Amino acid sequence: MTATDLRPPAERAAAEPDRPARGRAAARAAVTGVRRRRARRTLLVCLVLVVLIVVVLVASMITGDVPLTVGQVWYALTGRGTAGTNFIVYQLRLPRIETGLLTGACFGVAGAIFQSLVRNPLASPDIIGVSYGASAGGVVAILVLGWSGFALSGAALVGGLAVAAAIYLLAWRDGISGYRFVLIGIGLSAVLASVINYAITRAQVFEAQSALVWLTGSLNGASVDQFATLLPPAAVLLVAALVARRWLSGLQLGDELAVATGVPVERARLVLILIGVALAAVATAAVGPIGFVAFVAGPIARRLTRGTGDALVAPALVGALVVTAADYAGQHLLPVTLPVGVITPLIGAPYLLWLLITSGKTRFGGS
Amino acid sequence: MTVGAALRSAAPGVPVPARATGPSGPRARRRSLLVGGLVLCAVVLALLALVSLAVGTRAVPLGTVVEALTRYDPADTDQLVVVTLRIPRTVVGLLVGAALGLAGCVMQGVTRNPLADPGILGVNAGAALFVVLAIGVLGVSSVGGYVWFAFAGAALAAVVVYAVAAVGREGATPVKLALAGAALTAGFGAVTTALLLLDQRTFDEFRFWQVGSLTGRDLGVVAAVSPFLAVGGLLALGLGRSLNTLALGDEVARGLGARVGTVRLVSALSVVLLCGAATAAAGPIGFVGLVIPHLARTLVGPDHRWLLPYSMLLGPVLLLAADVLGRVIARPAEVQVAIVTAVIGAPVFIALVRRRKLATA
Repeated sequence: MTATDLRPPAERAAAEPDRPARGRAAARAAVTGVRRRRARRTLLVCLVLVVLIVVVLVASMITGDVPLTVGQVWYALTGRGTAGTNFIVYQLRLPRIETGLLTGACFGVAGAIFQSLVRNPLASPDIIGVSYGASAGGVVAILVLGWSGFALSGAALVGGLAVAAAIYLLAWRDGISGYRFVLIGIGLSAVLASVINYAITRAQVFEAQSALVWLTGSLNGASVDQFATLLPPAAVLLVAALVARRWLSGLQLGDELAVATGVPVERARLVLILIGVALAAVATAAVGPIGFVAFVAGPIARRLTRGTGDALVAPALVGALVVTAADYAGQHLLPVTLPVGVITPLIGAPYLLWLLITSGKTRFGGS
Repeated sequence: MTVGAALRSAAPGVPVPARATGPSGPRARRRSLLVGGLVLCAVVLALLALVSLAVGTRAVPLGTVVEALTRYDPADTDQLVVVTLRIPRTVVGLLVGAALGLAGCVMQGVTRNPLADPGILGVNAGAALFVVLAIGVLGVSSVGGYVWFAFAGAALAAVVVYAVAAVGREGATPVKLALAGAALTAGFGAVTTALLLLDQRTFDEFRFWQVGSLTGRDLGVVAAVSPFLAVGGLLALGLGRSLNTLALGDEVARGLGARVGTVRLVSALSVVLLCGAATAAAGPIGFVGLVIPHLARTLVGPDHRWLLPYSMLLGPVLLLAADVLGRVIARPAEVQVAIVTAVIGAPVFIALVRRRKLATA
């Protein structure tokens, strides 16, 4: 069943019977007011998120084995740096930060799309196994086929798509039920995790350690070349997601109302799922399945903006912030260096448990 | 005849006395049928154990296997392989399979939840994390030492998952239990991964253990975990009648005079002992505890007095079959048993999710 408390207000309003005509003008005025206030709030939240991201970026730029001052970084970025600072900034720190930002945004948008489509906060690609599918494709491509670059992204994309298709087909029984969808995803994740584990036990220990990145997610492999592979598909997909957002808000109203507002329901759903899977797969191909980013980005953004599920900019910013901040924490704040994919579940898993505890009162748990 | 007597008489390899000559009628006939089924399971298990001794990278003829068991000659390489490698492996498989089958049956019974499984509910992940902690951080190296950590981890995970899922009016629903288990598995898995990433030596040892496998275990492992398995197993087998009462719902069970809290506590204790010891011996192995009780239920119906012994015998049947399969499909390499059980078990899980109205639309 759909979780009643998590249903967006627009849908709730749509489910109510028609108001009498005389109240309509007043209602319309009220709606416009709410909408304007909400837009202002969203803008404010996004600005705050951008500021926070910039703070994390500056911190990541200046800290490291060789500490730099803000001035040195600025000189390097504006083309006036020394050879040493240029190397650190352009070869080491900038690719890592850019990769973190971009993959975080991809995960965030992918999660928000899935969660809105299935209308269930648990249906993010990292929980239902789409990311696992992508990393299984990636691990096989690395360890068995020896692929890298675009071919590797392609293998991850195929893996993610195959899993998404499998879940969709298996969960389909007179329509998609959110919980069946999620549970089947959990079952498939178990198989995929064991496939990845198998590939890792078959590999040499050094290879295996680098492939373990594919189980946890890490920005350690970020380089100029890798970012060049990531940027074009990620940018295209993010733009496509923004364009398709209109459909997402239509589908939020339910299939019948969506048809009434001129949304080609089946095609829109297919395109949105494809975009979501591709976003998750492209990001996973670059950095591995950084767990729980897609899962937390949407709900956090929604809570901050108090908006509906069709917003994609705020989830993208939250995702970027979570990945870069978690990477910074794993690199510099802890006594040991840890990959970002180990940090995010430590935040995300308690959040999922908390979600289960608090929403238990409102019949979140299904039947 | 008590269930205990039926069990004792149906222990593997021991022929059942002719009980069917007792009072006639459908109930007696059904009972003799069920006892016969148990004997059949035991025979299948014994045959499978022989196959498990014979099949592998180095195929050993069955005749040599029997010879190694009866007249052991260390000079014969085939016999040496059987005695030093395959016997410990098969014994571990028997014990772990029985433990996981029983644990799954108790979990499904006490939570009244068809999706309960030590793997899905995160109990194995908890045990695994604590074992890695014990070895990586505290330097414990013997199975006898880290089995205690496995218990602690299993207990912690069981308590947290159940507590999280039980909050709220509708209690611990299958969906909430599975989700809490998934969350816990992810959280514990992250910490385990962190520890493994920090220490390459531990990682090299553990990437095999972490997957869940029966290889490389000697009889010392068996000696270390079998006391715990025995206690856990006896506790579990004694729960049949109580679980039947509990299946009627807490209130009815209380009305019938069952001490619900005590039953839950004993169940939890047996699950923790069984899963902790099994995980300490073989690493986290999922889906055996999920599939086996369902298989047993289709064979004997919902009576836990029969479900438990059947699960105990069918668990090792599945585990040994999976292990033998893993040795055969990727010759000369091997596929770890937990990978085979996941590939067999996950479709069953998905079929259950599809069939039952667990997730009502």
